[in-house]
This record gives sequence, structure tokens and C-alpha cells, in this order.
Amino acid sequence: MPSLKDLRNRISSVKATQKITKAMQMVAAAKLRRAQDAAEAARPYSQRMGAVLANIAATVSGDDAPKLMTGTGSDKTHLLIACTSERGLCGGFNSNIARFVRDDVRKLQSEGKEVKILCVGKKGYDILRREFSALIIDRIDLREVKHIGFSNADAIGKRVMSMFEAGEFDVCTLYYSEFRSVISQVPTGLQLIPAAAPEVDEAENVDAASALYEYEPDANAILDDLIPRNISVQIFRALLENVAGEMGAKMSAMDNATRNAGEMIDKLTMSYNRQRQAQITKELIEIISGAEAL
Amino acid sequence: MADAFTFELVSPERLLLSEQVTEVVVPGSDGYFTVMANHAPTMSTLQPGVATVTTAEGKKEEYVIFGGFIDVLPTSCTVLAESAVSVADVNKADLDARIEAAKAEVASAAEGEAKAKANSYLAQLTTLNQQILPA
Repeated sequence: MPSLKDLRNRISSVKATQKITKAMQMVAAAKLRRAQDAAEAARPYSQRMGAVLANIAATVSGDDAPKLMTGTGSDKTHLLIACTSERGLCGGFNSNIARFVRDDVRKLQSEGKEVKILCVGKKGYDILRREFSALIIDRIDLREVKHIGFSNADAIGKRVMSMFEAGEFDVCTLYYSEFRSVISQVPTGLQLIPAAAPEVDEAENVDAASALYEYEPDANAILDDLIPRNISVQIFRALLENVAGEMGAKMSAMDNATRNAGEMIDKLTMSYNRQRQAQITKELIEIISGAEAL
Repeated sequence: MADAFTFELVSPERLLLSEQVTEVVVPGSDGYFTVMANHAPTMSTLQPGVATVTTAEGKKEEYVIFGGFIDVLPTSCTVLAESAVSVADVNKADLDARIEAAKAEVASAAEGEAKAKANSYLAQLTTLNQQILPA
């Protein structure tokens, strides 16, 4: 049975923890808003990019199409880019992505494919390293980066491009967590290379327009320029969604922690009071029985 | 008065401008060209340069664009810029930093096409530098 003093200490330590988790929750909430704004602001670009790409892809097809769209013709070597967060304390966020990647790696391996992993973010690296340390070719550290800018994504994109040109892989898939809402982040895999033909929303519109398009310098040259940029844009979008998801997950994890701490404090206070009362009663009994004995 | 059309200038980070305009001059990779309403559908790559936008109210706005694409339709025009800044906000330090980055790229690029690309980008940036910051 812990003494009154022990209980008092425990209560004050849990209270201190609760204050910390509460503060972290509020910080995450503020950061989440900022991350959502950033994701929102980046949306027009990727949407337009998708529209332009769909448009131009419709006109260029067959053997002329660049390798980035059609693929190298084989699918022996897969590059998986696993985007996770740099910091922990965000519930199952990172382990969900890691599990998703792990399942896919196993699947690919069982099909006899060669797998390479590129980790973005420390947490995913820490988890995946345990099992696939031989497959991880590198990790990209964004810990020093306060606000993820396009240049960060572009650097990753360029890296992927140069690896593709060097023939180091055939298929490239990007793993990140799609931000559905504050409480729901869904791990997602997105194939970057060969670029899956973008879905066309207004199919008729595009068809009508593409027939009349003039290209300067020419369609293939534009496509050569456009696709690498599209890869960077997709990575950028994934990183932004990840940040928003991380903050959302952190917010709900910290909310839970705060609530648990509250419950614990209640329980501890209850047993503290009970024990205090027991002690008072005991003292009273001692006094009374002492008086009676006289 | 020329007809107005919708013009949008977007960079990966945000939407910079979305407005009714009458005239847009952009630095196409084959030279500057002007887009007005009812322009034939065109898609072009852009080189670093200054884009001049004349809004429907007749105001002129200038943006420095560091490469990208333009997508022209008869009723709308979209510039997808790699990076864009309003001319008023351009400062020498930023441009110098970009030029330095481009130089580093030239130095690190492999021989052949990549090197040529990096080199021409650097040349375009230098020209741009002299153009907007004559000092």
C-alpha cells in the first residue's frame, strides 16, 4: 500500500504530464491548421498539372511516348519511397504506413521482384530498418526543415529521376498517408513511374480541346519536361498530406493521453482521499480507545 | 477595349493570381509572346523571365517567373510556374542565391543533355538578372 506521500507525489507527476500532453495537443492543433492551409494552397497547382498532363497524354501515345509514361518494359526492380514523419508521439501514424510498406515489400518479394526502399523521414526508417535494412538504399532527412517547400520535394524528385535514368529501377511507388480528416489518415501507395494515365474528369472537354492544341516547342518536349515536374509535384503533395496527417494523428493521440491522465488523476485522488480518511479514523480510534482505557 | 479572359498564375506552393485580364505577355521558351482573348489553344514551356499582366481594369502587374508551363485556351490562360515572385518583391540576394544554385547544378550535372540544360538555365537567369536589376 503506497503511503500518502507517495500518492501525493504520483498525483503531482501525472498532473505535470497532463499539462505537457495538453500543450502538445494545442501545438499540434495550431500546426495542423497551418499544414491544412499549405495543402489547400498547393492543390490548384497539382490539379492544373493533372489537367494539362491528361490533355497532352491524350495526344502523345504509342512508341513516341517517353519512357517515364510507358515504363522500361519490365517490372523487375521496384523502388518504394516511404514517406513518414520525423517525430513520434503521433499514435499509429508511422507504424500504419510502415506496415503498409512492409506488406507490399513481402508481396513483391514473394513474386520474385527486387525491392529497393528510399525512406523519407526518420520514423519510418527506424521501423523498416529492423526488417529490411539490406533493402534500404538511403534515407532523406527533413528534420531541419520547418516548413516543407517545393524545393524539398523537388530534390527528392530529381534524385528519383536520376536513378531512373541510370536504370536502377523499373517501377516507382510512393507511400504516404492520405489525409482524410483529423481522425482518419489512410496509408496509400501511389505509382509514380511509369506514370499511371491521369484520370480525366471532363473527358469530352479534353478530347475536344486536345485536337486543336498547338505545342511549343512540341508535344514530346513538353511532356519530357512535364513528367519529371509532375513527379516532384506528387511528392510535394504527399509530403504536405503527411504533415497534415501527422499533426492530426498527434492531436488525437495527445487528446487521448490528456484524457487518460485525467482519469488517472481522478483514481489516484480517490484512493488518496480514502487513505487519508482511513488514517484519520485510525487516529480517532486510537484516541478514543486510549481515553476509554483510563 | 479588348475582351477579358481568366488568367491564373499558380506556383506549387500557392495560387498567386486569379483574375480577369485583357493581355498577358509571357517568356515562352521560343521567345516572348502575348496572349489575348480568343487565342488559339496553345501549350508552351516557359523560360525564366518577366510576365506582364494587364488586368481588365487596365492595371499592369509584373511577375518574375522561373520556368514553367503555360496552358492557353480561348477563354482562359493558366501559367504553371516552377516558382514566381512579383517584380516588386524581387531582391538581389534571392536572385543571386538562385544563380549560385544554378551554377552548382552546372558543376554537378553529368555531361551531355543535362549539362546543356543546366547551362542554358544559368544563362537565362543571368540575362534576367541584368534585365530587372540593372546595377
